Amino acid sequence: MEFFWQNLPFFCILLCIASASFTLIMSRRAAQATCLTVISAVIAMSVLLIARVSAFGGSYTFSMGHFPAPWGNEIRVGLLEAVMALGLSLIMLFSLLGGLDRIGEHVFADKHNLYFITFELLLAALLAQVYTNDLFTAYVFVEIMTLTACVLIVARSKGRTLVAATRYMIMNLMGSGLFLLGLCFLYDLTGHLLMGNIHEKVAQVASDAAYGRVLTVTVALMSLGLAIKSALFPFHTWLPDAYGYSTPTSSAALSSLVSKGYIFLLIKLFYRVIGMDVINQIRINDVLFVFGLVGTIMGSLSAIREKDIRRMVSFSSVAQIGYIYMGIGMGSEAGMVAAVFHIFVHGAAKSMLFLSTSGLVQVSGESKHFRDLRGSGFRNPLAGVAFTVGSFSMVGIPFLGGFISKVYFAKAAMMLNPTRTVIVLLVLAASTLLNTVYFLKTVITLYRNDSADAPKHRAAPVFALSMLCMVAANLALGVFSQPIIEAIRAGLRMFA
Amino acid sequence: MAKLRDNYETSLWARFLRWMKSGSKGLERSMIRALEEEAEPSQHSEAEQLALEKAREEREMQDHERERAIQERLHLWSKTRGARLMTFAYRLAAVVICLAVIFVLLSSVSMLPEFGRSDNPANNEVAARYIEKGIEETGAVNIVGGMILNYRAFDTLGESHVLFVAACAVMMLLRLRLDKDGRPTREKLDAEADDRKYEPHNDVILQKVSSLIVPCLLLFGIYVVFNGHLSAGGGFSGGAIMGAALILYVNAHGLTRAGRQPLFGFKVFKYITFGALAFYSLAKGYSFFMGANHLDSHIPLGTPGNILSAELILPLNIAVGAVVAWTMYSFYVLFRKGDF
Repeated sequence: MEFFWQNLPFFCILLCIASASFTLIMSRRAAQATCLTVISAVIAMSVLLIARVSAFGGSYTFSMGHFPAPWGNEIRVGLLEAVMALGLSLIMLFSLLGGLDRIGEHVFADKHNLYFITFELLLAALLAQVYTNDLFTAYVFVEIMTLTACVLIVARSKGRTLVAATRYMIMNLMGSGLFLLGLCFLYDLTGHLLMGNIHEKVAQVASDAAYGRVLTVTVALMSLGLAIKSALFPFHTWLPDAYGYSTPTSSAALSSLVSKGYIFLLIKLFYRVIGMDVINQIRINDVLFVFGLVGTIMGSLSAIREKDIRRMVSFSSVAQIGYIYMGIGMGSEAGMVAAVFHIFVHGAAKSMLFLSTSGLVQVSGESKHFRDLRGSGFRNPLAGVAFTVGSFSMVGIPFLGGFISKVYFAKAAMMLNPTRTVIVLLVLAASTLLNTVYFLKTVITLYRNDSADAPKHRAAPVFALSMLCMVAANLALGVFSQPIIEAIRAGLRMFA
Repeated sequence: MAKLRDNYETSLWARFLRWMKSGSKGLERSMIRALEEEAEPSQHSEAEQLALEKAREEREMQDHERERAIQERLHLWSKTRGARLMTFAYRLAAVVICLAVIFVLLSSVSMLPEFGRSDNPANNEVAARYIEKGIEETGAVNIVGGMILNYRAFDTLGESHVLFVAACAVMMLLRLRLDKDGRPTREKLDAEADDRKYEPHNDVILQKVSSLIVPCLLLFGIYVVFNGHLSAGGGFSGGAIMGAALILYVNAHGLTRAGRQPLFGFKVFKYITFGALAFYSLAKGYSFFMGANHLDSHIPLGTPGNILSAELILPLNIAVGAVVAWTMYSFYVLFRKGDF
């Protein structure tokens, strides 16, 4: 049995990649069923893997092929990787289920297969990026993620999505280019692509006066590339259009999966490749810290100005990604734990917000404007409840995930030096206030009672199922946060 | 505030007060009244509906007006001095930032280890093993082929799926659809009518020359693919040559005539892509599985230098070549006409 469970992450990746080419020749219904089955199988295998890894209490490597690591490719499995894989695949399944009827409306019937292929390849790329122990493999799958995200945006061919996709491609290809440039520099300096080997060499390079500055430029290039791709504040201009006009499943996947994959890669880069001591030494995390803080406030301010509900939710993503970068930028373990936990919280809440928004828009004459959404919480009760729960989680109401992550951010801030503590606490307070303004304003709009007796919209069963699961997931993140936090902490220790 | 007073009658507090004053009777009466009001003929509500519709139209008109006003203001604004200054500052900032980035990158490149020195970090045990033991371990005389399709085959598996997802993206974006009854839509008919302009007008010289060149090109492409493990080349380069041959043929003879040939249809593209990628992922999956669990994969290594040698590298090269060739061809057709 030992023999079997070691192979689980490899099975997950291979299943996704292999199913993609089979989906091309299937009928539409079969393609849909295959896609959902594959994602469910990955979820089941990830659960099994978490159980085994936590019983085993350590990480292990798995070589892809006959040749050992520095020569061949290798993947590495620890607790954090397994938890991340489970979280991402769960969110993917719920987003797909929740938007299934809207995909039918927005995507042409003969292109559904392509849409499902995209999801399978996206999951493969996410898993490969989570598990890989080799920086170049990570880059290859970054490319796949870039292109799949583009397909997700253009799947709904309406004029605005094409503009959004063009913007997205320009910004993201620049991000990929910067990351690749940094990767080339790093290879030139260390002569390795395997994360562990680079880590050993980087310690030598960092102490060498001749290469110290090049190393700083290298790390800056790679962080900048990933920051652009995950829409950190000044590089977020592609985000509102891309999230705001694509089909809801795409928006959910883009905000909760694609950007989170890049952030996880960045965390891996800091912890496993460069090493946190070197990162603190060259102070790149201070830069991310500042951008994160500014992004938190600016994203919320932009969200307040929006009158379009989808764009408002998109701008709120900018603020939440600012939180995550703030946690990473603190440079301490506590900050990183909070950041990783917030990845899950934001993933679960934001995908639910996008899907429930689509449910609300559906009963308001396909209008996304606030004045037409009045009372839509009564017309589509389930979507209204889901939106309310998601908003409360983002604002940070107790018993929901957002509350816990804010508590952990504040706790992590207490361990910094006094000036920073004050700054972080002030920003947390200010952004919570701003979140409250725009989210509660929306919730109140949804329950303005001028159409309380309007006919109730009957939600599709899959939509209802997905909304219920997501509400449960958000509650679970808030109520049973302790084991998840413990797992993240143990996983981060296994990282180094 | 007016809104609040309108709704006051039905609010919880008002009902509570009424109940306090007159007991349950009062509430009952008010409920009956509410029911009666609702039961009134729908004449009223229809008129209301019309009024609502009208109000909505008016609002839309207002929005439209406002938008036009904004655009006008924008147009005027773009001619003001401030706007010109802004544009200038923006362009200046772009140039300055670009120059700064160029300077930083050039200076860091100059600080990197000098190119080609034997004691560079990149010349380590990894490269040494590829060169010294590559032929022995992979059976491929072409070390690059052995490296990308055997040592680091997982990366190449990802790379070929990058091509696949790119093809999917182009199809998603450009492939024109049939409508629900399976008839071509107007867009598609327009595109087809448009495409006649690009069809060659029986250019005899071009056709004859292409008939001479295309078979040679295809044969050369196949040679490059099949010799991927023996000499320079492989699936990616050979596939590109074959793709170019397909595109040349279509350019010389026209899509309508080429479409009748067996190699050029959409179905062929679909099944070749499926076959090649499915074979690639399954074969390589088997080999990964065996390798990771230290089992013998029972695929013969052969004698290095023979055409049938080097484990899976030859069939994988063929699969990659097919994917590359047909992906290139499909890009050409989709960008030109949107369907094939």
